[in-house]
Formats: sequence, C-alpha cells, structure tokens
Amino acid sequence: MTFFRTVVFGLAGVVLWWLAYSHLAMVAGWLTYSILPLERGSHLGASVEFFVYESPKVLMLLALVVFAVGIVRSFFTPERTRRILSGKRESVGNVLAALLGIVTPFCSCSAVPLFIGFVTAGVPLGVTFSFLVSAPMVNEVALVLLFGMFGWKVAGLYLGTGLLIAIVSGWVIGRLRMEKHIEGWVFETHTGVGTLDEALGWPARLRLGRDAVKEIVGQVWLYVLIGIAVGAGIHGFVPENFMASIMGKGAWWSVPLAVLLGVPMYSNAAGIIPVVQALLGKGAALGTVLAFMMSVIALSLPEAIILRRVLKPRLIATFFGIVAASIMAVGFLFNLLM
Amino acid sequence: MKKLQILGTGCAKCNALAEATKKAAGELGLACEVEKVTDIKTIMSFGVMTTPALAVDGNVKFAGKIPSHDELKSILGSVN
Repeated sequence: MTFFRTVVFGLAGVVLWWLAYSHLAMVAGWLTYSILPLERGSHLGASVEFFVYESPKVLMLLALVVFAVGIVRSFFTPERTRRILSGKRESVGNVLAALLGIVTPFCSCSAVPLFIGFVTAGVPLGVTFSFLVSAPMVNEVALVLLFGMFGWKVAGLYLGTGLLIAIVSGWVIGRLRMEKHIEGWVFETHTGVGTLDEALGWPARLRLGRDAVKEIVGQVWLYVLIGIAVGAGIHGFVPENFMASIMGKGAWWSVPLAVLLGVPMYSNAAGIIPVVQALLGKGAALGTVLAFMMSVIALSLPEAIILRRVLKPRLIATFFGIVAASIMAVGFLFNLLM
Repeated sequence: MKKLQILGTGCAKCNALAEATKKAAGELGLACEVEKVTDIKTIMSFGVMTTPALAVDGNVKFAGKIPSHDELKSILGSVN
C-alpha cells in the first residue's frame, strides 16, 4: 500500500516537474518583458531574461539528476567497488575503474583512506589512479550543468573524453611502475575487513536520493546562481567576439594557459560552467573552454596536498603532469576538429 | 560504559559528526566516552574507506556520512 502511494506520488511529481520545466522559457520571457519594464533587444533585458530562465532550469535539472544519482549510488559503495577492482588486470581494470568512478560516492576528503584501501587490497596502482581521476572529474553536477547550458552534445563530449583521460592516465601511471613512490607506511597499514554491507530496501534508497538532493543542491545552489548571474552579465553586456582573440581557436597558447589557470581554482563545476558558457557565446573556442573546465574540476591543489601524505612528490608530479597533458590534448583536438 | 569513536582525519564533516553524536548520546542518557580517532593508520584498521565513520565498542556502524539526528539516536539506542 505504501509502495503504491510512493509510486503515485513519484509519478505525479515527475509530471509536475516536466510541466514546470517545459514552460520556463515562456515564463522567463513574460517576467522579463511584461512584468519588468525592460525592452526586447536591450542589454539589460537580455541579461535578466538569461538569468530568470537559466537559474530555475539548471536548479530543477540538478535536483532531478542528483536524486536519481543518489539512488544509483546506493548500489555502489566504495567497499563494493574495491571488491570489483581488486586483482583486476590493467587495461580492463582501468576501464572499469573509470566507469565505477562515475557511480561510486566520492569526496576528495576521503581520497587518502580510499587510496590506501584500494592499494592494500590488491587494486593495481594505475587502476586506482583511473578511479581517482574519474571520480571527481566525471560527476553528476558537472554533467547536469553542461547538459543544461551547452546541450547534450557537449555533455556527451565531456563524459567521453573525461573517461578517456581517466583510463589513459591511469594506464600510463601503471606502465611507469611507480609503486616505489608510494610512502612506505601505506603498505604496512593493516586494513581491517569492512563490516559494512547493509542490504537496503527501496524506502531507504529513496531516502538516500532525497538526502543527496538536500546535501548537494544545498551546497551548490549559491554557486550556480552566482555563476549564472556573472554569465548573464557577460551574455548581455560583453560584445560579440570579444573573447575570440584571447580564447579563440587562433590563439594556440590559450589551451595550456587555460589548464594552468584551472589548477589553483578549486571552484566547483557549479560556479564555473555558467561563466564559461557565456564566454563560449562570445567567441571562445570549445576546446579551450573544455580544457579549462576539466582542469578546474580534476586538478586541484588541495587534493595534491592531501595526497602528499601517501604519495612521494615524484608520483604526484607525474600524476598531475599526465592528467594535465591529456586535458591539453583534448583541448587541442577539439579546437582542431570543430 | 560504551566507547564511541569518531573516525576521521579532522575534516569539517568529522567535527560535525562528533558534535551530533555527543548531542544524540546526551539525549539518550547513554553512558559513554567519545573519542576522536584522527590517525589514518588507526582509521584504516577499522576497515573503513570513507570518513567520517562511527564505531561503537570497536564495531563500525556507518561510514562516509552524517546520519540525521533521529537515525543517529536509533543507532545509538540499539547498542545500549
């Protein structure tokens, strides 16, 4: 009975969500030009309409996807992922690790225990790195924002190339045989056997989805709004082709520069993507923009500092170097092709 | 006397869990001592890979999350 009620409420929720979502553009236009005294084609009008349309759209998409991903993630605990990956051959292991990185719950604050847990359980070093690259880079918040602001093509490109970077850089690190650059105490660590493997029912999984929405949307909504507000400003007031000379295709150096600039920026995807989308509209090249986003999201100084506890400097430098090089390759490739 | 251990390397979430645990235990009137375990090797010996986690008398109850107040109370209530 309660199951039936949950299904009915769920379906009603999805229908309402869809009705609201599909009328956002109309409502935004009406609010901007009929309620507010703004003129069509004016700078301010374009900015306001952009903000009034994009912010509810992105937040609604985010809530829906985070809820779904929260449920999916209840099936993939880090312990389970470790069991799947331990003893796997490289190559197959790298691909699996990158894919599992999308669905396994991960927070960069747990990077160290996760690293030790994986390596001491016999997950090869390169495979562990494939996971560590994919988990933060290919995440649902980034994908939702990319889908919402750029469309499914760019979101798909990001997903595909992000996975490829995780697979390739993990594989290369594995080939380099850098096990001796892990701090010695890691291997002396006695890891206990996880006792947690609770079987969850559907009500618990739905609750986890709801909790994920509360936690993640609660964390990023402000960044989303600020990002869209800045994007709206650029959208309405910055002249067309303003970015072409700085971030356009012609400027080859813009790709490495974008990656370099991205490293110290630890902003989450939520704040950066709307800004970057507006820049793209003003003549920035897609490859450069993708490289910048990937660098901001995947390479962060705080993470390097956290990982220093388990990795010697050479391995950290190699890790950053390989991932940065792969991101640049993606940037150049897209600037060349598109 | 129960021994509650908060496993976590000192991130904001770990401190939040310590506070929430103390509050829940206080409301239940649970006779306990709360200890923060911050040494990574010791944390690993519990077999957890995600922090923060809570162990009661050496048994891990959950890892990688901060449960709601009610959930925490029912977990602590069931060990009494």
